[in-house]
Amino acid sequence: MRDKLYNFVGKNPFWVILVCITFAMVAGIGAQKLEFKNDYRVFFSEENPQLTAFESMQKVYAKSDNVSFVVVPKDGNVFTAEHLAALKALTKASWQVPYSTRVDSVTNFQYTYAEEDDMIVEDLVMSTKNLTSDKLDKIKQIAISEPLLVNKIISKTGHVSVVNVTVQLPGVDPMAETPEVATSVRAIKAKFLEQNPGVEVHLSGMIMMNTSFGEASLDDGATLIPLMFLVVVITIGLLLRTITGTISTVLVIIMSIVTTMGLAGWLGFYLTGPSSSAPTMIMTLAVADCIHILTSMFYEMRQGADKRTAIARSVKINLQPIFLTSITTAIGFLSMNFSDSPPFRDLGNLVAIGVMLAFVFSVTIFPALLTVLPVRVKKQSESKKDIMSKLADFVIAKRKALLPLTSVFIIASVMFIPNNELNDDFVKYFDETVPYRTATDYMQENLSGMMVVEISVKTGESSGINNPTYLHSVSDFSDWLRARPETDHVNTITDTLKRLNKNMHGDDPNWYKLPDSQEMSAQYLLLYEMSLPYGLDLNNQLDVDKSSSRIVATFKNMTSNELINVEADMIEWFAKHAPQYEVDFASPSLMFAHIGQRNIISMLIGTTLALILISILLGVALKSWRFGLISLLPNLAPAAIAFGLWGLLSAQVGLGLSVVIGMTLGIVVDDTVHFLSKYLHARRDKDASPKEAVHYAFDNVGRALWVTTFVLVAGFAVLAQSSFKMNADMGFLTALTIFIALIVDFLFLPPLLMLLDKRKNVAAANDDVMSDSASRKNVEVA
Amino acid sequence: MLTKKILMSAVLALSSLSLMAVSSNSFALSAEEQKGLDISLESKKRDLGWQDSTADMLMLLRNKQGQESTREIKMKSLEVLNDGDKSLTIFNKPRDVKGTAFLSFSHPVEADDQWLFLPALKRVKRISSRNKSGPFMGSEFAFEDLSSFEVEKYTYKYLGVDELNGVTNFKVEQYPVDENSGYTRRVVWIDTKEYLAHKIDFYDRKDSLLKTLTFSDYKQYLSKHWRADNQEMINHQNGKSTELKWANYNFKTGLSDSDFNRNSLKRAR
Repeated sequence: MRDKLYNFVGKNPFWVILVCITFAMVAGIGAQKLEFKNDYRVFFSEENPQLTAFESMQKVYAKSDNVSFVVVPKDGNVFTAEHLAALKALTKASWQVPYSTRVDSVTNFQYTYAEEDDMIVEDLVMSTKNLTSDKLDKIKQIAISEPLLVNKIISKTGHVSVVNVTVQLPGVDPMAETPEVATSVRAIKAKFLEQNPGVEVHLSGMIMMNTSFGEASLDDGATLIPLMFLVVVITIGLLLRTITGTISTVLVIIMSIVTTMGLAGWLGFYLTGPSSSAPTMIMTLAVADCIHILTSMFYEMRQGADKRTAIARSVKINLQPIFLTSITTAIGFLSMNFSDSPPFRDLGNLVAIGVMLAFVFSVTIFPALLTVLPVRVKKQSESKKDIMSKLADFVIAKRKALLPLTSVFIIASVMFIPNNELNDDFVKYFDETVPYRTATDYMQENLSGMMVVEISVKTGESSGINNPTYLHSVSDFSDWLRARPETDHVNTITDTLKRLNKNMHGDDPNWYKLPDSQEMSAQYLLLYEMSLPYGLDLNNQLDVDKSSSRIVATFKNMTSNELINVEADMIEWFAKHAPQYEVDFASPSLMFAHIGQRNIISMLIGTTLALILISILLGVALKSWRFGLISLLPNLAPAAIAFGLWGLLSAQVGLGLSVVIGMTLGIVVDDTVHFLSKYLHARRDKDASPKEAVHYAFDNVGRALWVTTFVLVAGFAVLAQSSFKMNADMGFLTALTIFIALIVDFLFLPPLLMLLDKRKNVAAANDDVMSDSASRKNVEVA
Repeated sequence: MLTKKILMSAVLALSSLSLMAVSSNSFALSAEEQKGLDISLESKKRDLGWQDSTADMLMLLRNKQGQESTREIKMKSLEVLNDGDKSLTIFNKPRDVKGTAFLSFSHPVEADDQWLFLPALKRVKRISSRNKSGPFMGSEFAFEDLSSFEVEKYTYKYLGVDELNGVTNFKVEQYPVDENSGYTRRVVWIDTKEYLAHKIDFYDRKDSLLKTLTFSDYKQYLSKHWRADNQEMINHQNGKSTELKWANYNFKTGLSDSDFNRNSLKRAR
């Protein structure tokens, strides 16, 4: 079969090239159907409980997708006539943002006050024409002492304010709606800056975050993929010194990517932040196949074989190992299907498809191209081999020191794993080069954090929110929440009611308290509601039946675990103080806080399954369960060490990193497979001692291993440059794991083999004979 | 009684004249603008002379989640010629606002005068006039959607005829004169036979479709005045809707100005 494959390819190279390219092109057309989904909701599956809770809350109250203009006057004072006029203009312009349903700012805050026997409800800043310093000061005092505004719309000191635009996307064409809003908002910002040179404006909010998902990925596509091609060309060009080989490899890579992304389009995939890194990953992984075939071919040619024979032999020798490593890599990536986050399932599936396609292309069109194109062999300097030989000598000589040393290093690293903390902070999904990140960081420093939890307290009865008992519970809860150090802001209807009560009593501050009868509260609210203009109603705080109200709490930046703890405390508060109400907690922050945990658990199941599958495959391929088991150690150690080091470096593990173990497992296995099969080949067929066998393995695959590792590390290091931090961290940790895997395979595995194999000789000689005879067929391929 | 009738018809004739005056004053109008105005004038003219009315209204609020909420309201209206109508709205349900009464003097161009009587406080409070774009009792109806139709409130443009449920309608675009309005324009379907509105599309300040109001079950009272028993307002942007169901219409019940002032608010029921 293996002979037949190249016989066919060698005889009909042009046909093979034609068929492959046609296939790639037909599949590639599907790539036009690929669209980028710029919505943070894609990170959650339909059945995610936090998403379901959040969506039902959004249906009861108003939606909370928003854009925030963070407006910073350079003179540090929001309350000048000029700046207030500018804010008023910006507020008005914001109503023109597509799909906007509400605009909140300092100027249009619905200020209520008593005037004789009447209650006046009007914009806090009505006219900016005759604002005396007295009036300005009064406006400032009202704004910075209003609990609804302070920290949310205006900073405590009055140096920064926010114009918040609530947007209700119809969801008819989601791919177009978010960019439409972003474009409009940016145009408003540009015009505003032009008219107000003394002002700085940052754009934050969910819409800008969603926009950044798409834009960060687009930027990546424009910088990372070309960078990766450069890495491939340089690596192959320098290390293997072949133009034909480089061109053919690049072609295989392009075809693998185009076909995969095309098939993704045909299959109805959509792109997301994580899955948009699939091309970079496929590119990295596809190179390895080509390197193996090229290395063997050049080896044969240097030995004196003609080109066709060399290619034929190379394909024959490499077919099974490449297939094996491709399939283990694919299994590793397929383990991502266990992720709770759909974009990671897509990423896993896309890369798995890509890796298998790369395998197919590298044994069909790749040899066909090599057959057709001219290939010359340059005399290779042997220095590299010398290094490998020296390394082997070193490892064998120092094995007694190396094994304990490396073991200590592994154990020491593993001890830092508990340092890691689950944390999905969606703001930090972007690095500081992304404007959304800087805007949001600025907001966190000067106003409030991005951690928001919406709390719906339900009475289950019509008008139930006007009940004094209910109002007192909600008010007590809000006070308790405000007293917590991590709380920045609490928006609650009880503040409005207290203010109205005060207004109704001639603005007497002693009356700043909840009305004491249900009728009173209901009628205050009615009066207030009947006085509010379009878009500033209470629909975002009360449901239609007034049976439940929504409290919105904004917290300082914190980790997922801390937020989950706050949530638990809030649940406990209600259980203790107001158990009669049904309370729902929901928000994007909570969704992200919980996804990490859900994902880690499901990824552990997925990774274990992948590990079992891969180990069985290895056992079969190595024809020895014993070595299959031994291989577990070098296969698992790299990820363990990498996570230990991560625990020292950053210690923040989010969605992106939780898939790394499964992903790298399939890749690091390749090194072990190559090393062990060469080792066993020497032991079984050449009657070598463990020391000789280790030397043999170093001589034969050492160089190929470090070249492929170099490419892989370079590839994932390129991904680590992504401005989308989720991808960048994933790339960095993967690169680290693969690099560690090589060290483990060079410094830990050989001493381990020399130790265990010795004992085995004594203990289970029979077993060895059995597996030896069984493995004879297998070794010739290894 | 007879003198009152004579007086009434004199006033009616006068106001018809004044409507014509509005029509003829509006010189330099394009053909479409003139036709749009004429249709609206005719519509207003055909309903003149109802004097006063009382009716019960059931308000049904629905949100996207399917939750419902009802309000029960009694409405008293007084026709005012050459100005906007007066109305008194008395709330029966929800129970905690029972007895609350809302008095409104609408005006064609200037802001309306509005008062609310709060029984819990036993006080009458004046309401801000800038609220006309705001929701009425948390519903999808804004104040301006419920106040009486006055020709001077809009400028017009005739868009053509359109078939609606098998009935031929004029399609007229209306542009609010008051800058406090929440709309840039409304598109109204008025049937060619009785000049009744059957459907209105509302466009918000950024000119995107915000709401659609549909009138159904028109009934004729006193062989002249048509009232729709059912009005359904659907908000396209937030998925909420409000239905108004009218019952027990009575006309010419003898209400007068003295039933529509701050003092009458307190005794309204």
